[in-house]
Amino acid sequence: MTSSVKPLIPDDDADRLAAAFGRRGFMGAGVAGGLMATPLFAAGAAHAQAAGDAEITVDQARTAPIPIVLPSLGSGVAQQITDVISADLGNCGLFRPISASMPQGTPDFGSYKSMGARAAVTGKVVDQGGSLRVEFRLWDVVTGKQVQGTAYTAASQDWRRIAHVIADVIYGRLLGEQGYFNSRIAYIARSGPRARQVTRLAIMDQDGADSRYLTNGQWLTLTPRFNPANSELAFMSYANYRPRVYLFNLNTGQQRLLGDFSGISFAPRFAPDGRSVVLSVTRGSGSDIYTVDLATMARRQITSSGAIDTSPSYSPDGSQIVFNSDRGGSPQLYIMSAAGGDAKRISYGHGHYGSPVWSPRGDLIAFSRIANGSFSLGVMAPDGTGERILTQGFTVESPTFCPNGRVLAFCRQSSAGSNGAGFATGINTIDITGFHERALPAGSASDPTWSPLNK
Amino acid sequence: MKLKLLGAAGMALFLAACSDHANKNVNTGAATQQVGPTPGSEADLVATAGDRVLFALNQNTLSSDAKATLDKQAAWLAKYPQVHVQIAGNCDDRGTEEYNIALGERRANAAHDYLVAKGVDASRITTISYGKDRPTAVGDDEASWAQNRNAITAVQ
Repeated sequence: MTSSVKPLIPDDDADRLAAAFGRRGFMGAGVAGGLMATPLFAAGAAHAQAAGDAEITVDQARTAPIPIVLPSLGSGVAQQITDVISADLGNCGLFRPISASMPQGTPDFGSYKSMGARAAVTGKVVDQGGSLRVEFRLWDVVTGKQVQGTAYTAASQDWRRIAHVIADVIYGRLLGEQGYFNSRIAYIARSGPRARQVTRLAIMDQDGADSRYLTNGQWLTLTPRFNPANSELAFMSYANYRPRVYLFNLNTGQQRLLGDFSGISFAPRFAPDGRSVVLSVTRGSGSDIYTVDLATMARRQITSSGAIDTSPSYSPDGSQIVFNSDRGGSPQLYIMSAAGGDAKRISYGHGHYGSPVWSPRGDLIAFSRIANGSFSLGVMAPDGTGERILTQGFTVESPTFCPNGRVLAFCRQSSAGSNGAGFATGINTIDITGFHERALPAGSASDPTWSPLNK
Repeated sequence: MKLKLLGAAGMALFLAACSDHANKNVNTGAATQQVGPTPGSEADLVATAGDRVLFALNQNTLSSDAKATLDKQAAWLAKYPQVHVQIAGNCDDRGTEEYNIALGERRANAAHDYLVAKGVDASRITTISYGKDRPTAVGDDEASWAQNRNAITAVQ
């Protein structure tokens, strides 16, 4: 999207709010990709202000969602933008949007306070014929000061993206962490009878809007994974009855085979630098983990246990890989250097483990655990300590972290029962504390993968 | 093994709803049911030897039933040396998607290796795994899962 951003009002008073609301100020809290070019507070003065009672953390907001007055920005597309902002904030569970009429001029903070609000939004949308200019201000109701004022201009068809960027700014300014609303989820759309499901590679906004198919469903297709540049998916396709990993270019729609292996290649994930893909390849009664350099297509084998080694996922610094292996007799989680070598088992709970994925924050590994015929979805520290089960069900698998690591999307499936009629598959999200699980409106779907923030 | 009791016609109908290969090949057999399976066809394999072996939970060990079926498949393949087959490994849905792709291949590989040990030329057998994505039985109970842990041999 083409866009320009300029501050409506440079606001020295934002400094005070930055200190009051943020856990560590707001350095680095901007939206990626140049949509929000500069923080609007003056760096330096912020730290002169003591962080007061108003500090709100994500942990606190989980317990008590932040009440925020969000009046309609107008009619038509302006109302649609308002609705998307409200849904982003409300659905993440950390905010409680409050409807109101748009004030003339400065909001009546006294009345907002009496409504229990902590923050308020004002603004308007100007249709410039083909493009939209969205003026947005965020206010601290307690002090009556403006936290941020920004005008976004973008092509009219990109109205959803403007709304997500504004929701991200609100999240970032009030919680001191980068938001994740301006992002997408790729997944597998499923239809047809269970014995022979039609599977299509698909993509949607993180809120489920604007979903579309990327492949036609001719072949069984599984496990899409984003590259860090948000421009390509690695995925598995059974095209021509040869199950292998392919790359799908999201800009051109072109597909290409990744590597030339004699076995089945599957379970791809990009390295954090985007230059290579780690995947597994079947050999004999097991599977080995390889990396494939995307510039040269040179491949390197990094495990050779003879057992099943699969589902590799890099640590965000690229130095380590967590993976799933039954080398010890049952499927468990292991960690090794990204170069291979000795692997250390980290899962020791009851049952089998699988589908590990490393948080973008680096501090957690999410996984599926299977015991007594049912699945759990959990997280643990990379050293295996602190295992917590977030949710359970007949099948809960394929966890994927949102860009700031605060939320997981995953696949939830119900038992088909004795005759198959009970089968349902969908994508849910859940906070990493296990709070606020909800279904995404993706229809019959599986294999979610969350994108990095959109540019 | 329950499936043995179905007989060729029942098996053919049953298979019609299964994997890509089974579907493709069994139609040929079903069309000739009135006069018996065409020699060397998928339906003939099903009628003569049985097309599939079943596995225990999380296992790729061949049971004595499975070995008996594979012995018959090897004899049948010796009779029709021009026939190539693909063995598809499958899993119940009590494992993760990616692990099950490897587990299904492990099962297909177990059947492959057994047939090769019985003298079938390795160049005549390919393997594939559908993990848990092409269940034979669409239910979620012990009986369904037992049927879905399999390796199915299909004439190419």
